[in-house]
Amino acid sequence: MSHRILILAEHSQNQLSVGTAKCVACAAGIPDAEITVVVCAADAGAVAAQAASLKDVSKVLTIEHPAHAHALGALIAPQIAALAGSYTHVLGPSSTFGKDVMPRIAAMLETSQISDIMAVESATRFRRPIYAGNALLTVEIAAGAKMVGTVRTASYQPAPGGGSATVEKVTSNVALPTHTRFVSVSAAKNDRPDLQTAAKVVSGGRALGSAEGFKILYQLADKIGAAVGASRAAVDAGYAPNELQVGQTGKIIAPELYMAIGISGAIQHLTGIKDARTIVAINKDSEAPIFEVADIGLVGDLFQVVPEIEKLLAV
Amino acid sequence: MQRILVGIKRVVDYNVRIRVKPDGTGVITDGVKMSVNPFDEIALEEALRIKERGGAEEVVVATVGPADCQQQLRTCLAMGADRALHVQTDARIESLTAARLLLKLVEREQPFLVLMGKQAIDNDNGQTGQMLAALWNRPQATFASKLQIDGQRAQVTREVDAGLETIEIDLPGVVTVDLRLNEPRYVKLPDIMKAKKKPLETIELATLGVEAQQQLQPVRFEPPAQRQKGIKVKDAAELVAALKQKGLL
Ligand SMILES: Cc1cc2nc3c(=O)[nH]c(=O)nc-3n(C[C@H](O)[C@H](O)[C@H](O)COP(=O)(O)OP(=O)(O)OC[C@H]3O[C@@H](n4cnc5c(N)ncnc54)[C@H](O)[C@@H]3O)c2cc1C
Repeated sequence: MSHRILILAEHSQNQLSVGTAKCVACAAGIPDAEITVVVCAADAGAVAAQAASLKDVSKVLTIEHPAHAHALGALIAPQIAALAGSYTHVLGPSSTFGKDVMPRIAAMLETSQISDIMAVESATRFRRPIYAGNALLTVEIAAGAKMVGTVRTASYQPAPGGGSATVEKVTSNVALPTHTRFVSVSAAKNDRPDLQTAAKVVSGGRALGSAEGFKILYQLADKIGAAVGASRAAVDAGYAPNELQVGQTGKIIAPELYMAIGISGAIQHLTGIKDARTIVAINKDSEAPIFEVADIGLVGDLFQVVPEIEKLLAV
Repeated sequence: MQRILVGIKRVVDYNVRIRVKPDGTGVITDGVKMSVNPFDEIALEEALRIKERGGAEEVVVATVGPADCQQQLRTCLAMGADRALHVQTDARIESLTAARLLLKLVEREQPFLVLMGKQAIDNDNGQTGQMLAALWNRPQATFASKLQIDGQRAQVTREVDAGLETIEIDLPGVVTVDLRLNEPRYVKLPDIMKAKKKPLETIELATLGVEAQQQLQPVRFEPPAQRQKGIKVKDAAELVAALKQKGLL
């Protein structure tokens, strides 16, 4: 029996998210997967074309509506639920977009959800982290139940290109609710790599002491082409904006290099970096828990060490 | 009555080091400190502040779970909730069931706002609020870091991957809260004494007409892979050399 998998695309109206390509990679691990990606957008053309070019995607559906200029869970969920009837699995990325909308879809389909899928064992059996990643749980969904899930994107590489799926327009006759309205979004614009997909991340904690203090991290990051991250304590204190938070309740990332600078290494922070290839810790306290997970540790004062690193890189 | 319903969950305290049982059937919870899920405390704090500003007349907390959950409900009463509802069951409760049960309480209590944590730190599912909103056919505003109520509407600032997003929802609706919405108050001893006299109603799950459906069967719990022990370098020069050697710089 083939499994029909519907993936809800995340996008910025003109760019498909890397997380969506990772959902495709996760779905491709389900035996006999037949993968469809659905794009809800004001104008779906560009995003649909990107989705159609992903390997293993057989069909792309587009639902166009002016209200889709902003992704609102309450508007998207009923349309996806209406579409989901003939699919065995409905997946979305475990980004704030997917975390918001997927449970609403699951409830409309009267089914349970499996959040943060990190491994597929069979079409009904999936593994996911619980307790901030301090335990892994394998769960089996009842036979015949529709499976709704979010994909822990840090566990997957994006599906490669090379596909040529057909693109089909769907006309939805679901009445869109008017009880939820987009007002505004404020996102810092910068030329730095995106924290979620960057190969290198320089991350700072409470020890940086101020937004001013954080500047030495931005300088180092720019020198090595890294994104900047932060601990919750640094964000709470206003040293860094919320979208930089790494951890259980921030972003879960898997860079090649993660430099934790003045971060103690609380379990909630470590959850976010478990899949980093190489972890570097710079901390003046040799007992800091971050050293238990660091591949390379340096005990020292960051205000001395970081400028030194920069100087060494200049020559 | 202008009422806020706050959903809370009893979870292993966030400071406890989680250990998986050797036989892989769960994590060790015997003799472990249990607390109100930290996000739910923030949800309750917000409800209390709304009431203290005159924006609500009553704050009701509700939970689903075994008898022990009453300890956490008492903590919430001590924080300032007026009343507590305990849907009692020893069954394993999936998010969808929790949402169905909360919907029953919503129908009974008719709140204008339901506040919940954005996730519980045990299962890290992050589902119940959105599921309740869906079943109730009302708006949801997840990951709130700011909440402004203006008559029949609420403006909610949400922590999203891109930064901060503001949406407006019609009430009633469900708001799930993120960490930076507020800092919960500390419970004082006299409040703990007072809380003992506040109403706590126990409702047997069976009387609500909801089945504790179990669609997800846990198969195996295991500890995560341990990282290999790393090296220590003594200064910036050694660090840069080590990173260059790994091809990372
Ligand atoms: C429900 C919940 C969810 C949470 N989610 C997250 C999350 O997603 N992400 C997250 O990060 N946290 C999260 N936390 C918070 C977490 O528990 C820690 O409080 C937080 O990570 C600590 O941040 P920090 O390491 O920057 O600060 P601290 O723990 O204060 O550590 C600062 C470190 O800097 C070192 N230091 C000080 N000065 C210097 C110097 N000059 N040079 C070098 N080192 C120095 C100190 O030795 C110390 O180790 C969560 C907590 C809860 C309860």
